[in-house]
Amino acid sequence: MTARSFSLKSPTPMPGWGLSFGIMLTMLSVVVLIPMAVLLWRGFVGFGPTGMWEVVNRPRVWNALELSFRAAFVASLFNLVFGVLLAWVLVRYRFPGKRLIDAAVDLPFALPTAVAGIALTAIYAPNGVLGSVILETFGARVAYTELGIWIALIFVGLPFVVRTVQPVIEEIDRETEEASATLGATRLRTLTHVVLPMLTPAALTGFALALARSVGEYGSVIFIAGNLPNVTEIAPLLIVIRLEEFDYNGAVAIAIAMLAISFTLLLAINLIQIWSRRRMGAV
Amino acid sequence: MTETLTLSNPRAFRPATTEPVLVKWTLITLVLAILAVLLFAPLIAVFEEALRRGWAFAIASLSERDAQSAIRLTLLVAAITVPLNAVFGIAAAWAVTKFDWRGKAWVITLIDLPFSISPVVAGLLFVLMFGSNSALGVWLVANGYPIVFAVPGIVLATLFITFPFVARELIPVMLEQGRAEEEAALTLGASGWRVFFTVTLPNIRWALLYGVLLCNARAMGEFGAVAVVSGKIRGQTTTMPLMIEMFYNEYLSVAAFTMAAVLALLAFVTLALKSALEWRYADQLAATHRH
Repeated sequence: MTARSFSLKSPTPMPGWGLSFGIMLTMLSVVVLIPMAVLLWRGFVGFGPTGMWEVVNRPRVWNALELSFRAAFVASLFNLVFGVLLAWVLVRYRFPGKRLIDAAVDLPFALPTAVAGIALTAIYAPNGVLGSVILETFGARVAYTELGIWIALIFVGLPFVVRTVQPVIEEIDRETEEASATLGATRLRTLTHVVLPMLTPAALTGFALALARSVGEYGSVIFIAGNLPNVTEIAPLLIVIRLEEFDYNGAVAIAIAMLAISFTLLLAINLIQIWSRRRMGAV
Repeated sequence: MTETLTLSNPRAFRPATTEPVLVKWTLITLVLAILAVLLFAPLIAVFEEALRRGWAFAIASLSERDAQSAIRLTLLVAAITVPLNAVFGIAAAWAVTKFDWRGKAWVITLIDLPFSISPVVAGLLFVLMFGSNSALGVWLVANGYPIVFAVPGIVLATLFITFPFVARELIPVMLEQGRAEEEAALTLGASGWRVFFTVTLPNIRWALLYGVLLCNARAMGEFGAVAVVSGKIRGQTTTMPLMIEMFYNEYLSVAAFTMAAVLALLAFVTLALKSALEWRYADQLAATHRH
C-alpha cells in the first residue's frame, strides 16, 4: 500500500479499504448526495429564496404544511403513548397469542402503503364496517376528513416506539423496582417515577422516527384523506400536484420547506433527548 | 395493602414488581382492541374485498395483461435494487466497522438520511435531475436513454427509499463482532476476499438476510417515490402499488384489492421469515438488541 500524504484513516493491515470506501462513496453520491444537492441548488440558486418564499407563503401551501405536521404530530403522540403501553404489555405480561401479536406489530413496516391506504379507507368509509358504526354512535366521519389522516398516520408509525422501547424494558433491572417498592412507593408511583424516566430517551427516539416517517407519508394518506384543498390536502400531495402542472419551482419550494421544518423538529427532539439522558445520568 | 398479608390465600399475594391482575388484563384488552381496529381489521378487509365476487373473479383480474406487466415490473425493480443495496450495505459496513477514519459519524448520518425524507421528495429529486426540465434529462432522452417516466427512474427512486436498510442492519452487528477474527485470518495468510467469504460473511449472513428481507418488502411496496417518477404508463412503468391505485380510481375494486392481497401475502411471508430469524438467530441480529 502506498503511503498517503493525506491520511483520512489510521493505518491498519485490514484489506479492502479502497474498494469498500469507493463503493460506499460512489453509491452514496449517486443515489443521495448529488440528487439532494441538485434540489437545494435548484431552490436556492436557480429559483432563489424570495421566489421560494412567495410560493410557500400562500394559504393553500401553508394549510397543507400545517395539516401535514399537525396530523403527523398527533399521530406520533398517540403512538408514543400507545407504543410504550404496547411494549410494556409485550415484555411484562403473558397472554395467549403474544408471539403472534409481537410479530404483527411490524406489519406496517412490511405492508405496502397503498395497500394500507385502500384497506383503511374500505373500513373507515361512511359505509365501511367501522366507519358506519362510528358515524352512527358519534356522528363523526372518519374517512375523507382529518381524522382519517390521523388513522393512516397512526398505522404507519405504529411500530417505531414499540421497537425502540421494547429492548429497554427487557433490560430493566427488577431490583430497581423492588427497591422503590420497599421504600414505600406504590406500584403506580414506581412506574411513573422510576420506570418511565428510564424509557424516556428510547421513547423519544421512537417518537422522532415515527414523526419523520409520518410527516412525509403519502401512499396510505391520499386514499383516506379526500384531498380537499385547504382542508385535507397534505403537503406531499401538493408537491405531486405542482409536478403534474409542470410547476417545478413550486414543487421544489414546498419540498425544501418540508425538509427545513422536519430537520428543525428532529433537531429539537434530539436536544430534548440529550437533556433527558443527562438528567438520567446515563450516557 | 392489608389483604396481601393474609397468606392463607397465596393467590392473593402479588409481588411488588407487578401490577394488580385487574390492571394487567385491562391493559391487555385495551392494547388488543386497539390493534384489532388498527391492524387486523384493515388486513381482513383486503381479503374480504378481493374475494367479494369469488375466487375465479379475483384470479381472473390478476391474469389481465396490465396486471401481469405490473407484477413483472415490480419483480424486475426488486431484482435490481435489492442486490445493489446489499452490495452497498456490505461495502458501507466494511468501510465503517473495519477502519477508523475521519468523518465516519457524518457518513452514517447521511446513509440514514433517506429515512427522514418524504417519498414524494425522493421522487422529485430524480425528476429534477433527469426530467424534461434539466439539460441532462433532455440530452438523455434525445440519445434514447430516458430515465424519468421509465424503468431506470423507478429503480433510482426505489434505491433511494431503501438505501439505509442493509447498511443499518449490518453496521451494529459488525461493530459488535469487532475485527479480531479477520485480523487472525490475515496473520494466517488469508487473502482479503478469503477473509471476507470465510470469516466475515458467515458471521453476518443472518443479519444480511434480515436487511435484505426488509429492503425487498419496501422495494416491492414503495408507492410515493415511484408514483412521482413513473409517469404511470399502463403496461410499461406501472408497478404493483401503482396498479392498485389505478384500479381503485377506476372503481375496479376487486382488481385493486386482489392486487393488494398479493402484496399483503408478501408482507406475511416477510413477517414470518423475519420473526423466524429473530427467534432463531436473535444473537446475530442488530434488531433484537437495538436501542
